Amino acid sequence: MAGDGTPILEVDALTLAFGGVRALSGVTFPVARGSITSVIGPNGAGKTSLFNSISGFYRPQGSVRFEGQSIERLAPPKRAKLGLARTFQNIALFRGMTVLDNIKLGRHAHMRTGVLDALFYLGRARREEMELRRDVEERIIDFLEIDHIRKAPVGSLPYGLQKRVELARALAMRPKVLMLDEPVAGMNREETEDMARFILDVREEWGVTVLMVEHDMGMVMDISDHVVVLNFGQVIAQGLPRDVQADPQVAAAYLGSGNVDDLRAKLGADARKVA
Amino acid sequence: MRIASAKESYATDEALFDSAVQRAWFAVLLLALALFPFTVNQYWAYLACLAAINVISATGLNILTGYTGLVSLGQAAFMGVGAYTVAVLEARLGTPFLLNLLLGGCMAAAVGMVFGIPSLRVKGLYLAISTIAASFILHFVFANWTSVTKGVSGINVPPARLFGIDLDTPFKLYWVIVPLAVLMLLGAANLFRTRVGRAFIAVRDRDISAEVLGIPLLRTKLTSFALSSFYAGVAGGLWAYFFRVVTPESFPLLMSIFFLAAIIVGGMGTILGGILGAVFMTLVPELLKLGVGVVSPFWPEAAVVLSPVRTVVFGALIVGFLVFEPQGLTEMWRRTRRFFHLWPFKT
Amino acid sequence: METDWLLLFEVSLAGLGTGGLYALTALAFVVIYKATRVVNLAIGEILMLGAYAFFGLAAGWALPWWAAALGALAVAGLFGAVVERTVIRPMLGESPISVFMVTVGLGSVLIGIVEIVWTADPHRLPEFMPNAPVFIGEAFLAPKIAYSFLVAAVVIAVFVLLFRFWRGGVALRATANDQAAAYSMGINVPGVFSLAWVVACMVAAGAGILVGAIGGISSTMGVFGLSVLVVVIVGGLDSVPGALVGGLLIGLVEALAGIYLGGEYKLLATFTLLIAVLMVRPYGLFGTHEIERL
Repeated sequence: MAGDGTPILEVDALTLAFGGVRALSGVTFPVARGSITSVIGPNGAGKTSLFNSISGFYRPQGSVRFEGQSIERLAPPKRAKLGLARTFQNIALFRGMTVLDNIKLGRHAHMRTGVLDALFYLGRARREEMELRRDVEERIIDFLEIDHIRKAPVGSLPYGLQKRVELARALAMRPKVLMLDEPVAGMNREETEDMARFILDVREEWGVTVLMVEHDMGMVMDISDHVVVLNFGQVIAQGLPRDVQADPQVAAAYLGSGNVDDLRAKLGADARKVA
Repeated sequence: MRIASAKESYATDEALFDSAVQRAWFAVLLLALALFPFTVNQYWAYLACLAAINVISATGLNILTGYTGLVSLGQAAFMGVGAYTVAVLEARLGTPFLLNLLLGGCMAAAVGMVFGIPSLRVKGLYLAISTIAASFILHFVFANWTSVTKGVSGINVPPARLFGIDLDTPFKLYWVIVPLAVLMLLGAANLFRTRVGRAFIAVRDRDISAEVLGIPLLRTKLTSFALSSFYAGVAGGLWAYFFRVVTPESFPLLMSIFFLAAIIVGGMGTILGGILGAVFMTLVPELLKLGVGVVSPFWPEAAVVLSPVRTVVFGALIVGFLVFEPQGLTEMWRRTRRFFHLWPFKT
Repeated sequence: METDWLLLFEVSLAGLGTGGLYALTALAFVVIYKATRVVNLAIGEILMLGAYAFFGLAAGWALPWWAAALGALAVAGLFGAVVERTVIRPMLGESPISVFMVTVGLGSVLIGIVEIVWTADPHRLPEFMPNAPVFIGEAFLAPKIAYSFLVAAVVIAVFVLLFRFWRGGVALRATANDQAAAYSMGINVPGVFSLAWVVACMVAAGAGILVGAIGGISSTMGVFGLSVLVVVIVGGLDSVPGALVGGLLIGLVEALAGIYLGGEYKLLATFTLLIAVLMVRPYGLFGTHEIERL
């Protein structure tokens, strides 16, 4: 299901250098509204740099447009408020807080309670917090099946669940575009399948556009509408999953040879692992 | 033994005291606080007032240091700002007592925010050191802006007046200071049920990912500085009415260390920690005095070394708690409670 | 107003003289920081301990000044060893703020002990330096400041040489650079920690004797440590050259502010400088560019 109309997110000629090293050069691709777009590439290809540029930690050259508006000059919190949510490769949850508080944090930018409201906990503060609690419980906690751990401190949870909580927190941000940095890295097959299902459901039920970086080729090829391949900071191919798989350059980047069949064989193996 | 209680609605689950037992204890505590001044002499009322003032200031510092992770050694100086504001308003303009306190808090909040600006650039120890600088700069202002502060001789503060009554004894002041402390503690507890408090904790724990969640760092840090200094300012204002004279030497760096010690000893990042720590640290010198009374028949010079012994004990408590019980008295309290919850099935 | 160049020169000299003592104490601070990453706020109190130990041995026990000085260094060294072993080492791996607060507590303990033993009243140290006036060109320099500066300069020079060439100094620098690597190279890292604390406390005690000789001793002389704190922030917490340059700079700034603005402006000037440096160059003039993270 590719999106319709103008892309919700457009990355245009992004170039980023650290010292003399170019992490990104002229990266350009669209993210169609309602699509699942994946960015793949070997280690060090610039995937995480790309994510950090989109969420505003790095200030690259080039432009990032979100719903037609240029956002490359906005600070990360402003981008978050517009509807750009993300997760991190190495989970960035607040380990000392409970699952519930972690998720609630996601809504921060959309709430209005000020210091005075908060001190007295009357009126707006109470109303907003109650709405938030109900929304988090009914739409997010139920949906991601994490009811049993809502009061648990995040630090005590297994890795797979922590990833899910991070997804929950990103959902609490009322995202329009959900950026997932390696959502299934380090997960076993069952957990990977669960996460793939959640990602598909998020798109279906919430109408959220998903942009993800992922190493698990099987999952990427299974659920993506559009795949962008990065190598040495450049886009070497993009398009439908099957077209990308058929691209000799991609095979070269991954396998060191231009033999597309080898790549297919490798991907097939990965895909079977997932299915 | 107590077993977890089932909650009927999100509202009860989010409540400050989430069980009937807790609410009952809180009521008992309030009652005890109300009866306390009738059962003791002026000296204990004096101590209770002092402890309550320290609780307010320590709780303010706990918001900044314990919850937001910004270490400050300027809390006493911010109290000084509140105290001077109140003293000037009361002595020169004679504006109403509660208004003065409020303005004292606001002035301290404004000054605290200014000295919070370095937190944009520096963290941790560097920030702690920059607040030491703040403390000296404010001391300089207190001592040298003579047209307002009367320099080193300080300002005498008339007693607070409320409903036509002069609050000139600890017993009378108790009825303002302690309720105010309770209110401000409830306020601080409320804070952490809302987005404002959560943002503080997020900034403390991992400020990069806080930004991605839409939490602006500088604004959050400055809010925390302002709020913490507001508490300090109100505490300082009460301090001015309590001691009735404000001088530049009233708020030394050592006093800031006292508050930091109080939240370390009590337990950082918990409301209870600020209370326990401040009360404990206020009472330690009194315990020592008691000790001197006991040993002085055998050792007449004991009274002479009281002050230095206090300094030693003060330092030793900081070191001891940090090395042996970094979570502070709060953790000891929790352990005790757990013990009794499970008792007699598990000991 | 006509600029009095001679006065300016004399004041600058006196400032640099005090600056030498700042530099010496800052060196002690930097050694501890480099080896153990501890920001030691008790450095001023350790300096005070050295001065009082000297006072006790020289005035109380009537030892000759050189024996008293050696004794004071030994006391401080022992103190350093005990503190490192019993308080600092158990705190390894805790947040830097906790360790920092531990040193604040230590400072408080030291002040209390000194007041219990010697009361809070100020004392004068026995005279042990020549008191013939010292002239540099036409400018007069208080002899105690001049000789203290010389002693400080010699100690610093010896120190810097040891730091560069002696095995222990090399081990210390290696540990500062990369603890794990130092371990794997067979360096006795806990030993280096102890060494750093012992040596630094001795250096601070030596500075304390000199500071006490100039201005007398009291239980509040630890505030000297606050100026040293400014020195190391300005110079860079982990930089030996930073400690030296920063020390002289702060000495100079304080002296000039004291003369031209008034004594009460001394601390104001240094702490304003401190905030300015923190805002513009938080890692100091010579420090390694990494901001402490909590």
